[in-house]
Amino acid sequence: MTPVVDFATYQALVQLYADYAAAVDSGKWDLWPEFFVDACSYRLVPRENHERGLPLATLSFESKGMLKDRVYGIRETLFHDPYYQRHVVGAPVVRAAAPGRIESEANYAVFRTKLNELSSVFNVGRTLDVVVETPAGLRFESRTLVYDSEMIPNSIIYPL
Amino acid sequence: MDRSSIDTVFPALPVWDGPGTSRIPFLAYTSDELHRRELERFFYRGHWCYVGLEAEIPAPGDFKRTVVGERSVILVRAQDGTIHVVENVCAHRGMSFCRERSGNRKDFTCPYHQWNYSLKGDLQGVPFRRGVKQGGVVQGGMPADFQPADHGLTKLAVATRGGVVFASFDHDVEPLEEFLGPAILRWFDRLFDGRALRLLGYNRQRIPGNWKLMQENIKDPYHPGLLHTWFVTFGLWRADNRSQLVMDSRFRHAAMISTRGSAAAGSDAKQVTQVASFKQNMQLEDPRFLDIVAEPWWGGPTAVMTTIFPSVILQQQVNSVSTRHIQPDGHGAFDFVWTHFGFADDSDEMTERRLRQANLFGPAGFVSADDGEVIELSQQGFEQKPFHRTVAELGGTDVADSDHMVTETLIRGMYRYWREVMEA
Repeated sequence: MTPVVDFATYQALVQLYADYAAAVDSGKWDLWPEFFVDACSYRLVPRENHERGLPLATLSFESKGMLKDRVYGIRETLFHDPYYQRHVVGAPVVRAAAPGRIESEANYAVFRTKLNELSSVFNVGRTLDVVVETPAGLRFESRTLVYDSEMIPNSIIYPL
Repeated sequence: MDRSSIDTVFPALPVWDGPGTSRIPFLAYTSDELHRRELERFFYRGHWCYVGLEAEIPAPGDFKRTVVGERSVILVRAQDGTIHVVENVCAHRGMSFCRERSGNRKDFTCPYHQWNYSLKGDLQGVPFRRGVKQGGVVQGGMPADFQPADHGLTKLAVATRGGVVFASFDHDVEPLEEFLGPAILRWFDRLFDGRALRLLGYNRQRIPGNWKLMQENIKDPYHPGLLHTWFVTFGLWRADNRSQLVMDSRFRHAAMISTRGSAAAGSDAKQVTQVASFKQNMQLEDPRFLDIVAEPWWGGPTAVMTTIFPSVILQQQVNSVSTRHIQPDGHGAFDFVWTHFGFADDSDEMTERRLRQANLFGPAGFVSADDGEVIELSQQGFEQKPFHRTVAELGGTDVADSDHMVTETLIRGMYRYWREVMEA
């Protein structure tokens, strides 16, 4: 199959995915909104809703400001049992590319580890992404996480 | 009883302090035996359980697999448009045959031996019923007196109101309207006033806590202004809001009714804003989360949370409306299924608003995620000292409707009913 993008572009894309995973697992929540352009879309969607064309998302943010509000919520307002999370992200597949713009997707699994507990599979799915070139490098214009996981193990607090 | 005794860490039966219900034994949340009795007496007998919305099965042949208590059932619309609920257990060998969660069918067939049922649950086909001819002789087959009419799927009683479907394994259950009672029916009809509903989608979470804790969470107006920063900071739910708590005559169902920004004259706002969760300087980067537009059907109240015992919670929190289905899984866990909806006559802007405000609710919601967390941790506390009990004595120890929120009377009411049924 002919690659849709050249090696340097693909390398930059892989770097973006790797940096994102490292950031959201780091506990430094402020890093997360910076992976997005200002007018962005971030959606966490059950596969059921996605495939049936039902518009409800588990989380649906429409601006970087909303992502920052979520960060504030995680840090200041959402009581939760603390946990570590760890993303394992597959190699991205590029579905389409135009100058300065890539449509790509990648499989992911997130493991959760609560204090004094065994690690467990937390959320599994794929991301459907639109990545754009900005002066600061590649950023997500939209990121839709479609998760297979039938049941959320109680709650999702931190960004996936 | 000496609660400090270490001789009775694992009592056989729940021990109540006298006839009241303000001190709920932890054992009520930790006993498998009590859990099975609850399933029998609340979910399988004498009660209507929520199974879904008519909007989920709009066309003939549409079905949705769901549960009543811990029993898998199928909600289906037959070809004549009538709604039926049948148990997802084949009459032949007991297989739970329906594996899809939703779809459209002309009939149901168990894949094991291809027993075939109508959408109403009547057995209509049994392969090799008359045997198989081999060498001119008919071999096998079902006995000559086999009556298909005796071997249908288990059919549940069905009641619908305002587009909501309830079912009961107990065909002698009282009519739905009597089950809900006039005080609750009023608030039910306010939300489900006959307008066609539009399904927006689902969220599903498994909460490792006893199912009753979710009923109690929504019968507890004490916590929202304390646990939920968003509620108290943005005035969505505050102890000084004008409010009302009502129950049916047996205290099993309840509605908590609150009106945003309606503190009664003479109330001291500082009392409710000097809590740790109130954040004076909190401002949203993107205020669209709280782009609230009043709707005519509200008739005033901005939030009405209705608990229908035992199976469902009806949510109106400003423009976000949903049903929350409680699906027990043993004494220590339940699945919590959120069905968000709107109304068929909603504008696109209103649909967008409902979807945006849904960020506050559900398993990751700015407000609701921590309800699941506190339920999980309550269960952990119960499991380690099942001889102990809670103290639900805010507002006293009695059970009565209230015109304020500084009371746990609805929880006491639910347990008065619980004792009445469980100790009978």
